[in-house]
Amino acid sequence: MFSDYSLGDLGSILAMQGFAGLILFSVFVLMALGLAIIFGQMGVINMAHGEFMILGAYVTYLCSELFTNYLPALYNGYFPVAIVAAFCASGALGLLVEWVLIRHLYRRPLDTLLATWGLSLILQQVYRSIFGAREVGVELPDWMLGSTHLTDTIEVPINGIIVMCITTAITVAVYLLIFRSGWGKRVRAVMSNRTMAGAVGIDTERVDRMTFGIGCGIAGIAGSAFTMVGSTSPTAGQLYIVDTFLVVVFGGAQSLLGTIASAFTISQAQSTLEFFTSGSNAKVLTLLTVVAILMVRPQGLFTVKVRR
Amino acid sequence: MLDVSGMHVSYGQSEVLHGLGFNVDRGEIIAIMGRNGMGKTTLMKALMGIVPTREGKVDIDGTDITQMKSFQRVKQGIAYVPQGRMIFSTMTVQENIETGLFVRGTPSIPPDIYELFPVLSEMKARRGGNLSGGQQQQLAIARALATGPKVLLLDEPTEGIQPSIIRDLARTLRHIRDERGLSIVVSEQVLSFALDIADRVFVIENGRLVHEDNRADIDEAKIAGFLAV
Repeated sequence: MFSDYSLGDLGSILAMQGFAGLILFSVFVLMALGLAIIFGQMGVINMAHGEFMILGAYVTYLCSELFTNYLPALYNGYFPVAIVAAFCASGALGLLVEWVLIRHLYRRPLDTLLATWGLSLILQQVYRSIFGAREVGVELPDWMLGSTHLTDTIEVPINGIIVMCITTAITVAVYLLIFRSGWGKRVRAVMSNRTMAGAVGIDTERVDRMTFGIGCGIAGIAGSAFTMVGSTSPTAGQLYIVDTFLVVVFGGAQSLLGTIASAFTISQAQSTLEFFTSGSNAKVLTLLTVVAILMVRPQGLFTVKVRR
Repeated sequence: MLDVSGMHVSYGQSEVLHGLGFNVDRGEIIAIMGRNGMGKTTLMKALMGIVPTREGKVDIDGTDITQMKSFQRVKQGIAYVPQGRMIFSTMTVQENIETGLFVRGTPSIPPDIYELFPVLSEMKARRGGNLSGGQQQQLAIARALATGPKVLLLDEPTEGIQPSIIRDLARTLRHIRDERGLSIVVSEQVLSFALDIADRVFVIENGRLVHEDNRADIDEAKIAGFLAV
């Protein structure tokens, strides 16, 4: 499959597909971070995580519409506002869902799986009723459009660079939150031993709610970033949720670094293979590789080494 | 300080504790002795709010805590060192102790905790899970003390610990009591340890307290009889 290209072409293709993979990587990382925090903290597999992401995307779309119609002068600055709004909206929905639904289902993993799957269907229909079944796209302000030429044959889109910056910032923020803040200490204590965390005076239910909210909020930010690289539709979240699960399982559910490494591997493999074969072949090859690796290392790529 | 009366605890339909009652004075150490399966751990868990109390009343310093959740009980002044230590194995020693500080809102670990357990100070940055059993036991006690308790519950603290460290542990517990004036409830199977530290000894059998002795007039043979299989 490589024979049709010259060596120079091949280099450029790999670099550009590699960059396209990095954008996919960014969305994966943001999605997987939220999913992994929620799963690690309370063992809840949130099937509706994709819909929380899409909520963020729709909020971004609403923000862009709002700015176009009412504040055209400030249009260039709508995106940061949209990110904050997306985080708040998805986070608030997360808090509500935790309070109404999830907290009654702790320690019942299968039930939460079904309940959150049902929730994802409900949310999809809600989006369809409100925004219509057709895809919506956002208009990007001029400064976010276009691309920079690194060499004659390699060009990278500016919005891709922005997405990656956002991802890096969020990842660093999550790292600091978990490993340097008091809230993070509570979260890690609950992850390690829920009963005992209660018995040293940590209000585990409150920690659960906050964690769920923050995890969903990050999905909202992923949605915001997603509007720059894909178009938003009620079912777009579903396309990403399976890949995101793959990322979390492959990386090792306890490890932040593992999540990032596995998101990188999977997104790069997919993006590069997609160019040379077809989209579905790329998926098959990636899946097979991941399955093979997980058979050898069922605990995922990275684990924390301690006595059990 | 701690008043327990008519405490009934059950797992589903099967009742394990049938109306226990005892009280612990300020600065007093009591030991609850009994064989396996007699309800020692259940009693500890019930006092901590991990297992619900079906009937009866638990008071600490006049505050009724019978229906409170674990973390609220900690706020009222109960601290718990569970069987098997249950330290947070992926967190460092320092972080483990700091988890106990949230209740009091103290930002940093009071120095006297490291003074009590100098070995923990040396191992601050190690993961809790990589400590030895005896060190983990010290860590669990340090974490409990960080919550600034009035009553300290210890569930079989000598389990899996070598004899010389058991003697250290007894000395440390007495020292903590003398220094902070807190009350200690310890469940135990090792008679020598209980006799070493306790002001009063209870024997629990099939979910009932069947025997009580003050330190002065302890009938060692009788208690040993209860513990014999």
